[in-house]
Amino acid sequence: MLKFTQEHEWVRVEDGVAIVGITRHAQEQLGDLVFIELPTAGTRFEKGAPAAVVESVKAASEVYAPIGGEVVEANQAIVADPALVNSDPMGGGWFFKLKIADPSEVDALMDEAAYNVQIG
Amino acid sequence: MTAYPAATALKRTPLHALHLEMGARMAPFAGYDMPIQYPSGVLKEHLHTRAAAGLFDVSHMGQIALRPRRGSMADAALALERLVPVDVLGLPPARQRYAFFTNADGGIIDDLMIGNCGDHLALIVNASRKDVDERHLHGALSDICAIDMLEDRALLALQGPAAVAVMTRLVPAVGSMRFMDLRPVLIDGASCLVSRSGYTGEDGFEISVPAREAEELARTFLEDCAVAFVGLGARDSLRIEAGFCLYGSDIDEGTTPVEAGLQWAIQKVRRRNGARAGSFPGADVVLEQLERGAPRRRVGLKPRERAPVRAGTLLYADLSAPRSIGKVTSGGFGPSVAGPVAMGYVPDAFSAANALLFAEVRHKRLPVEVTELPFVPHRYKRS
Repeated sequence: MLKFTQEHEWVRVEDGVAIVGITRHAQEQLGDLVFIELPTAGTRFEKGAPAAVVESVKAASEVYAPIGGEVVEANQAIVADPALVNSDPMGGGWFFKLKIADPSEVDALMDEAAYNVQIG
Repeated sequence: MTAYPAATALKRTPLHALHLEMGARMAPFAGYDMPIQYPSGVLKEHLHTRAAAGLFDVSHMGQIALRPRRGSMADAALALERLVPVDVLGLPPARQRYAFFTNADGGIIDDLMIGNCGDHLALIVNASRKDVDERHLHGALSDICAIDMLEDRALLALQGPAAVAVMTRLVPAVGSMRFMDLRPVLIDGASCLVSRSGYTGEDGFEISVPAREAEELARTFLEDCAVAFVGLGARDSLRIEAGFCLYGSDIDEGTTPVEAGLQWAIQKVRRRNGARAGSFPGADVVLEQLERGAPRRRVGLKPRERAPVRAGTLLYADLSAPRSIGKVTSGGFGPSVAGPVAMGYVPDAFSAANALLFAEVRHKRLPVEVTELPFVPHRYKRS
């Protein structure tokens, strides 16, 4: 199941864990990423809380927790090589995995068709 | 339908249509709709400039001609010296020089280039300060000079190690120009004023061209495979690596030239015991600081970790001190350094190279090292 937020995060649920990343559109808007800060495992977020930071040459931006939950893993590969988010935003460029606190929060997110309408 | 209020309508440079055609992402800058980046992006544009040649549209900047009313260039030079702590009288024909307008407190009203065109002085000022500068000039020297804001000219910058090859294919004569030389040349029939200078730290040229011929000249440059369009995003990262001040960020009416580390631009003849010492606004403050030092200094800051440290970030002497000692005025990621680079103001006691300070980023204090500027060596054509 693949879902999207208005803030351009995606959520893919696999085995009861939500994998979170930013969309292809988001990485295009941000440009080449040069620095990424991820949450550590065990951190708990409410839905909508700032969870990660991405920086391009020009500016810093926040990535929000699309749903509430506890971080079970962060993708150190994108910390070592932020360009991975630009080249493979929906795959190898994932940010972190969340243990889902409330599955209804996932259900409430946009599907891909709705997100594509949003970004035009 | 809502009418767009005329007061906020953005101005356009003569290359506006070309920027759109090239897929630029546009944004307001100093009242102009300017290209921030092109499809290749800030990072590649930056690296391309240092590796080959970047073409920048800087037509938003102010181009001002000061023409002596009685024909004497010495009169014009001495009149301008009332406003800048720089040797204008001694500036030879066909040369240009960096300068700044100071205020009564020794603060900087604007920084600018002054060129000697033989029968007039050519000034290049910041876009955001055009109106202020024009009023300032009128108030101080309209008795001596006719002051002409040249609205019908564009300004291009061609920067990078390949710039000279690109330029000499069009105009072989510019190959003999040295850093800060200034020369009128015809390029494809367009009457241009070319200087060997720029804002990237690289060798390169700045070309003032009549507005109606600007697009054709830009297209001619872009036909050369060494040349790529570069937007204001990379212009900023290039100038930070080169250690240059951006007016409004690193210098303003509250910073003096000595605090900003620009004392090199104040020639001996305008310093104490010089033949034309002082006699510019704020001379008492600036000359005193030249001899005794300034209470604070602009310094380079190299973050030890990988997080960029950006403008506005507060600086601390250690991990726990409750009060900040200074502030970052420019900072970001330096693509050629392949890491974060910044500059800012700190008290003189903390301004020595290698001093360790802490920048508070997202509630964490990150170590930053005071460092010499520039971050990337300048590569001017000096000989």
